[in-house]
Amino acid sequence: MATALAAGTPAPDFSLHATPDQLVSLSDFKGQPVILAFYPADWSPVCGDQMALYNEILSEFQRFNAELLGISVDGSWCHLAFTHDRKLHFPLLADFEPKGQVARAYGVYRDHEGTTERALFVIDAGGVIRWSYVSPVGINPGADGILRALEALGQEPRDGGR
Amino acid sequence: MAADDRAQLTTKVSDRDHAEGAADAPVTLVEYGDYECPHCGRAYPIVKEIQERLGNQLRFVFRNFPLAELHPHAQHAAEAAEAAAAQGKFWQMHDALFEHQRALDDKHLIGLARSLGLDEARFTSELESHAHQRHVRDDFMSGVRSGVNGTPTFFINGIRHDDSWDLETLTDALQAAIDTRG
Repeated sequence: MATALAAGTPAPDFSLHATPDQLVSLSDFKGQPVILAFYPADWSPVCGDQMALYNEILSEFQRFNAELLGISVDGSWCHLAFTHDRKLHFPLLADFEPKGQVARAYGVYRDHEGTTERALFVIDAGGVIRWSYVSPVGINPGADGILRALEALGQEPRDGGR
Repeated sequence: MAADDRAQLTTKVSDRDHAEGAADAPVTLVEYGDYECPHCGRAYPIVKEIQERLGNQLRFVFRNFPLAELHPHAQHAAEAAEAAAAQGKFWQMHDALFEHQRALDDKHLIGLARSLGLDEARFTSELESHAHQRHVRDDFMSGVRSGVNGTPTFFINGIRHDDSWDLETLTDALQAAIDTRG
């Protein structure tokens, strides 16, 4: 089984479709923290799934000037429909062709299932992975680990608290 | 997964919480829930049944976790429950909200307040001024920091319950926690 890239590793750059005609690259966000949230698939059948949860707390991530990017192997049309349905306010990237290439680069592709792990990476402003976590695939990891990792970057929240 | 890997409640149960059952009960079940979430609606009678079964061995605490982007009435419904709490009727409103999940706009919230015999003017004014928004947000953020990952999320004696919450599974998990305490 692949091992997720660990803290201290430079984050591999990538360019993926956020919409059918828009590409997003990790390097677009140099100078600010980035949260990569790999998840197995759009349309998971629970309310308050992982992406919906993050959507509710985007303002908390923004206090750290952090950009959240969701990534799965679903295609960009699928992401578009999912984004509209769940009213998501952050990009979902399509690791679709070649399938799972970015997930493989981060060590979080599941060959047998053909999906990514449920994996989180917090990347600092200099492009280095500062925290990574692979959750049991059936368990939504929540957001507490992300917030602790952002705090550990030593960057003060912008407004000094609510 | 090792026990210390599991998400833990970061904000202890205190006076600011709404609890049913004795503070010294051997097991405390904390639910983070959303009044407009259909899964929480399904969990509601299950928790009631478990309260019947376990009686005074169980303390049950409900905290707000409205997924407001997903459920347009969830935030206001949570504030309505807190407004009822300000008049000593949190649990009556909690139950009424779950029993009327499909009609949670402000008109219906005020109707529920009326049917519970609350001071309607006070209730309406607190709802309109968002007097309890902060309490709901504090609940929400305590959930986020504790690893709440959707609704409903349960914690048993402070440890997140990652298993199913069907009647038998949840009852067994609570019973196991009671037995551990001896």
